[in-house]
Amino acid sequence: MTKETLSDFPLELEGADVPMVRFSKVTKRYGDLTVLDSLDLDVAEGEMVTIIGPSGSGKTTVLRMLMTLETINEGVIYVDGKPLTHMPGNGGLVPADNRYLRKMRANIGMCFQHFNLFPHMTAIENCMEGPVHVLGLPKREARERSEELLEMVGMADKRDQHPSRLSGGQQQRVAIARALAMRPKVMLFDEVTSALDPEVIGEVTNVIRRLVAEHNLTMLMVTHQMGFAKDISDRVCFFFGGRIEEQGKPEDLFGNPQRERTQQFLSAVKEAS
Amino acid sequence: MFDWRWDFTFEILPRLLLATVNTLMAAGAGYAIAVVLGLVLALAQRTPYRALTYAVRELVEFIRSTPLVLQIFFVFYVGPQFGIRLAPWTAGMIAIGLHYAAYLSEVYRGGLESVPKGQWEASLALNLSPARTYFRIIIPQALPPSLAGMGNYLVGIFKDTPMLSVIGVAELMHTANAIGSESYRFLEPYTLVGVIFLAISLPTAALIRVFEAWVRRQLGMS
Ligand SMILES: Nc1ncnc2c1ncn2[C@@H]1O[C@H](COP(=O)(O)OP(=O)(O)OP(=O)(O)O)[C@@H](O)[C@H]1O
Ligand SMILES: [Mg+2]
Repeated sequence: MTKETLSDFPLELEGADVPMVRFSKVTKRYGDLTVLDSLDLDVAEGEMVTIIGPSGSGKTTVLRMLMTLETINEGVIYVDGKPLTHMPGNGGLVPADNRYLRKMRANIGMCFQHFNLFPHMTAIENCMEGPVHVLGLPKREARERSEELLEMVGMADKRDQHPSRLSGGQQQRVAIARALAMRPKVMLFDEVTSALDPEVIGEVTNVIRRLVAEHNLTMLMVTHQMGFAKDISDRVCFFFGGRIEEQGKPEDLFGNPQRERTQQFLSAVKEAS
Repeated sequence: MFDWRWDFTFEILPRLLLATVNTLMAAGAGYAIAVVLGLVLALAQRTPYRALTYAVRELVEFIRSTPLVLQIFFVFYVGPQFGIRLAPWTAGMIAIGLHYAAYLSEVYRGGLESVPKGQWEASLALNLSPARTYFRIIIPQALPPSLAGMGNYLVGIFKDTPMLSVIGVAELMHTANAIGSESYRFLEPYTLVGVIFLAISLPTAALIRVFEAWVRRQLGMS
C-alpha cells in the first residue's frame, strides 16, 4: 500500500460517462514479481466483461483487488466514480480507513472458484447472513429476499440444506444467490465453473446468462470456457503478463484476433478442448 | 500383607466424597478460566500487532515449559512479596487456569488455522465485521477440530488438581493426606482417591466423544 499522498489522480470521477469500474495505472507486485503492470481498464455500468488469458497472467488478481482482498501498490481503482481503496485527504488521495473501505466494499460482490459457502449454515442462512448483519435488514425481509434469489437460481427447494448435502453446481448457485442478496453494483465471477463436474456446468452458466439478460448488473468474469465467454460478454479482455494484450467485442476477439499472442492462446485452448 | 479395613473405608468415605466436590469445583473453575483465557491468548496472536503476538507467544511458551507445581508455588508464595496476598483457592485457580489456558490456546490456534482461507475471503466479500467473522464464521468451524484437544485438557486439569494440595486447597489429595496423618492408615484413603478419579475420568472422556459428534451434527458438518 502506498503510504504517501497521491496527487495526480482525481479525487472523484465526474462527467456524463463515468465508468462503473476504472483501473487507473494499477500496479500489483508480490515481492519482485509484477503481477499487474500499470493496468488501465474501464467497465461501463451494466457491461459484462470477460477476462481470459494464460495461467498467471493476473486475471484473478484483477478481481481480488476489486474485492479489496489484495492491497494496491500503485495507481487507483475507482468504483462508481469514487476511489475504492483511497480516500480524499491531505490535498490528494490517501489510503482509505476501514470505515471507508467497508462502505466501498458494499458495491462489490464476488463468487469464488471453490464457492466458499459457510458450511455450518444452511443455504438460506448463508444468503441471509449479510443482509441481516451487514445491511441491517429485518429478518423477515432478508428471508424474503433470499428466498426470491434462491428461487431464481433454482435452489428454493434446498434452502434448508447445509452445503455438505449439495453438489458443486448447487453450492455455486447458492453462492451466487448469497452474493446477489447484498445487492452489489458490480459482480465478480472467478472461474466459477472450474471446480465443477462437466455435467453440472450448465446449471451455473445458465444462472449467469439469466443475470446478463434480465439485470443491469455490471459484471467481470474470469473464465476458461471460451464458448460461454463468446456468448454472453459485451467485451472480452485477453490478459498477458499483467497487461491487457488485446480486447474487443467477442466476435472480433475470437473471430479475428489481431495480436500474435492472442492467436497463439486461442488456438492452444481450441486444441486442448 | 493385605490389611484392608472396610469399616475404616466407610468411615472416611463421606469425607472424601465431600472433598471430591472441592476437586470438581477446582477443576471446573480452573477449566472455565482456561477456556476463556486460552481463547484470548489465541486471538491475541492473530492481531496485526507484531509486538503483542511476540509477547503472547513467549508467555505461552514460558508457561508450557515450566512445571505447574512451580507456577502454583510462585503465585501463592512469591505474590505476597509484591503485596499480592491471595487465598489458596484464588492463587490455585489463577495458576492452574493460566497453565491450562496456555495449552488450550495452542489447541485453538490449530483449530483456527484449520479453517480454510476461503472462509475469511467470503466473509470479507460479504462485508461482515471482524467480530462477526470471528464469532459467527470462523470460531464455529474451528470448534469441532478443537474439541478432542479441549476434552483431553479437561481430563488433564482434573487429574492435576491434587497439585493444589501443596498450598493447602482442601481437595481430594489434601484430604487423603490429612486422613493418613491422623490415622496412620494410607492404603484406604489413597486407594479411594484413585477409584474416585478413575470413576470420573473414564465417563468424562466417553462423554466428550459423544459431545464432539453432537456438536458436529448441530453445525451441519457431519
Ligand atoms: N499471494 C501471492 N503471493 C505471491 N504470488 C502470488 C500471490 N497470488 C498470486 N501470485 C502470483 O501472481 C501471478 C498472477 O496470479 P493470478 O492468480 O492473478 O493468475 P491467473 O491469471 O488468475 O491464473 P490462473 O489462470 O492460474 O488462475 C501468478 O504468477 C501467481 O503465482
Ligand atoms: Mg485465477
